[in-house]
Amino acid sequence: MSKEKFDYFIKGEKGKYEVVIGLEVHAQVLSKSKLFSGSSTKFGADPNNQVSLIDSAFPGMLPVINEECIKQAVRTGHGLNAKINNYSVFDRKNYFYADLPQGYQISQYKNPIVGEGKVLLDMPYGSKEIGIERLHLEQDAGKSIHDMDPSNTYVDLNRSGIALMEIVSKPDLRSPDEVNAYIKKLRSIMRYLGTCDGNMQEGSLRADVNVSVRKEGDTNFGTRCEIKNVNSIKFMQMAIEYEAARQVELIENGKKIDQETRLFDTKKNETRSMRSKEDAHDYRYFPDPDLLPLKLEQKLIDDLKKSLPELPDKKKERFVKEYGLNAYEANVLVSEKEISDYYEEVAKLSDKKLAATWMMGDLFAMLNDRGLDISKSPISAKHFAELVQAIKSGEISGRIAKEVFEIMVESGDNPKKIIESKGMKQQSDPKELEKMINEILSKNKDKVDQYKAGKEKLFGFFVGQVMKLSGGKANPQLTNEILKKLLKG
Amino acid sequence: MANITNQSLNEIIDNVKTKKVSSTELTKAYIKNIESAKKLNAFVTTTFDQALDKAKQFDIKPNFDQLLPGIPLAVKDLFCTKNTKTTAGSNILNNFIPSYESTVTKNLWDNGSFLLGKLNCDEFAMGSSNETSHYGNVINPVGDQLVPGGSSGGSSSALAADLTPATIGTDTGGSIRQPASFTGTVGLKPTYGLCSRWGIVAFASSLDQAGPMTKTIKDCAIMLESMSGFDEKDSTSINKKKEQYSKNLKDNIKGLKIGIPKEYRVDNMPKEVDELWGKGKKILKDLGAQLIDISLPHTKYALPTYYIVAPAEASSNLARYDGVRYGYRSKQGKDLIEMYEKTRSEGFGDEVKRRILIGTYVLSSGYYDAFYLKAQKVRQLIKKDFDDSFKKIDAILTPSTPSSAFKIGEKTNDPVSMYLNDIFTVPVNLAGLPALSMPAGVDKQGHPLGLQLIGKALDEQKILNIGYAFEKNCGFKNEIKKWWS
Repeated sequence: MSKEKFDYFIKGEKGKYEVVIGLEVHAQVLSKSKLFSGSSTKFGADPNNQVSLIDSAFPGMLPVINEECIKQAVRTGHGLNAKINNYSVFDRKNYFYADLPQGYQISQYKNPIVGEGKVLLDMPYGSKEIGIERLHLEQDAGKSIHDMDPSNTYVDLNRSGIALMEIVSKPDLRSPDEVNAYIKKLRSIMRYLGTCDGNMQEGSLRADVNVSVRKEGDTNFGTRCEIKNVNSIKFMQMAIEYEAARQVELIENGKKIDQETRLFDTKKNETRSMRSKEDAHDYRYFPDPDLLPLKLEQKLIDDLKKSLPELPDKKKERFVKEYGLNAYEANVLVSEKEISDYYEEVAKLSDKKLAATWMMGDLFAMLNDRGLDISKSPISAKHFAELVQAIKSGEISGRIAKEVFEIMVESGDNPKKIIESKGMKQQSDPKELEKMINEILSKNKDKVDQYKAGKEKLFGFFVGQVMKLSGGKANPQLTNEILKKLLKG
Repeated sequence: MANITNQSLNEIIDNVKTKKVSSTELTKAYIKNIESAKKLNAFVTTTFDQALDKAKQFDIKPNFDQLLPGIPLAVKDLFCTKNTKTTAGSNILNNFIPSYESTVTKNLWDNGSFLLGKLNCDEFAMGSSNETSHYGNVINPVGDQLVPGGSSGGSSSALAADLTPATIGTDTGGSIRQPASFTGTVGLKPTYGLCSRWGIVAFASSLDQAGPMTKTIKDCAIMLESMSGFDEKDSTSINKKKEQYSKNLKDNIKGLKIGIPKEYRVDNMPKEVDELWGKGKKILKDLGAQLIDISLPHTKYALPTYYIVAPAEASSNLARYDGVRYGYRSKQGKDLIEMYEKTRSEGFGDEVKRRILIGTYVLSSGYYDAFYLKAQKVRQLIKKDFDDSFKKIDAILTPSTPSSAFKIGEKTNDPVSMYLNDIFTVPVNLAGLPALSMPAGVDKQGHPLGLQLIGKALDEQKILNIGYAFEKNCGFKNEIKKWWS
């Protein structure tokens, strides 16, 4: 991998500006039931069908912590190489909204369950560490539906009370590309851990983006704006680009940046002021008296650490060492747990390096075209390994392999069967090939003479003829050798 | 039998068990009493048909092994009762019918009793005179101009007027003990966490605790045994073995050390209250207990601390009454914010609004440290005062209230003087301790006065025993003329 230089700056008339970004990622905890109630968390149920008396805040209802959500947060904390706090407190964040039944959100304020940690990013200019400030647990709100009726708003409380992990980064990110890599890395870690499905379309992963700018070389941070609730990486990147440019323009025109909360309008591709610092909510945080402080025994924390699966960074190291892959290949193949599992299954049965090349080439292209996850791949890992082996052993050529691959996708058949039934086996018998080549040379004596007179470009013509005659099955390497030998003679 | 309701719960249970009276006869007698006591305004809702039905079922298939066999009970309207309207004394819940039963009332029903009706109370239990209820004042059977105390005023009034054989209330800062004191009855606030809060309309979560209100100490033990117990639905519930308070009741208190805190002698306290306290000390001493002077130095900060912590929690707990999902919703309001404003303005009464405002203020940024955080620190000091004292004593004896029942309207325009009524009761809630108010005598006007016994956490049995011994020897009889019927 060639090392590039980091180069993301906003160019103003008065100089270059560095963009400083911090993310507050809201990741929905994978759990069967909600953070403080027994209601199901399944996505896509009819409105208000997964709502308990607690989620809808009926009089006298009390929250009871869901142990599994706590464990998921601890696992995620370990995945972020973070400090797990033995003592944490649930607080009430008070504000009124129609989809917030309690009139407060139970969250963690001063004492979060997870403290400082770090995430490693692989950037074209080298690896970069992003600091994690904290991770805390909180309840999700319900959903207000404004477009079902011209004059009324409807409320769906299915989401109300579902556990979220808010993962707060330090202001260590410097470009939309780094944000992209960071979100993908977080998502990958959580999917490996099984603590969040990372499904951005369903809202399982969304982020508030804090953006500020400063002159290149400045050490003090500029005034930041927070862009609320952005739910795709693309929108995050667009919002950052817009917001950074807006801030630079303000500075260049001698204007002040107001610390405020902004919204990203995805249709107009711009951020708009939502509320200023003066109008900021006073959430009146205080410890929730319905819940005792959460005390975690060190043994539980340690046991959860021991039971963690292998995470992407470790797996990447192992792929380089064990399979002889380069850093780039290893990085791609560990990005999703399902991809790495598929690769390892293929690599067990075939050439490790060739398997990586073919997976990252044809297989990924095909999946991408069809919009499929690797778990839905029409080609099983076992069949794919057979194909790789067929190439490696010289049974088929690369070109034929592509044809076989296409047929595998359509039919789901194993490659052996396809190669045999369609007679696609590579011709690798030197005697047979020599015979064929001699035939071609004798038919094209004029061209042979020209070649011998120095027109070496004609070599390609002869190869083409061999392929044509063999139906593409001639072993290319052998063909080259024999052609060279015979043309010399 | 001349009057089957003019007796203690324990006697009534005996009468049912020995078939001197059927559950139906008993229920009918209470219904008759309730119907002729409308002037007291103790009930918000009655459930007579349902009660008679349950009584009949009991009589057909009686189970005398239960703690409360076939006993009709009215309860404070702060307990959610399945399919029976639950108002918390507020307009904002005037149409609220829960689909669930509070753990405490469920425990009572599981022990053989059934619901007779829902008792009036101060709105969201915020008050010391039952004058903040949306459903009108409750009258103290002791006198037609007197408040019954609060917030469990309907409970104390109904109990003293024989409208229920026993009842339950909730106590956040004295709401069981003060009304018990005002009506010459027994009231116990258990250790925080002994009775589940699940299904009780919340006022201040870290202070709220349900407890029994009865005519005698023995009744109190029976009721406590019936209603208490661990509940996994309440994270602050204490997980411990259930105790048999009534079976273990003993009147021998010889050698017990009773602390007498000097800080409970306050300025302007009527002489009679002081004298009564003296009488209480003498009785306990004569029974072989040892009196020990103690100091609880932070007592004077208890009231201001309480009036920060309780409103703070209340301001948040009451945010759910927004007109969106249940309860009262104003017909006016053009948008969401206006709907909230109108709903809550029309739905809440003045005292509730006052406390929401205080609570919101003390939690606001810039004030949090000076008020809420400081109050939490002082709360720890108050708790520590008790912890230190309990190293050398078994229980503490104090007056329950600084005066007897006051007149209706006397303090409604002066909230602070109303709040002062809780001066002896709030420290106990802040410390999470159990405390019992027991009738001990009357003042010059013949109005009842109570004494308070404070125990160590989970030491309910001990204060019940002391109360039991005291009751037998104090010679107090609550004589209430039935002027209302």
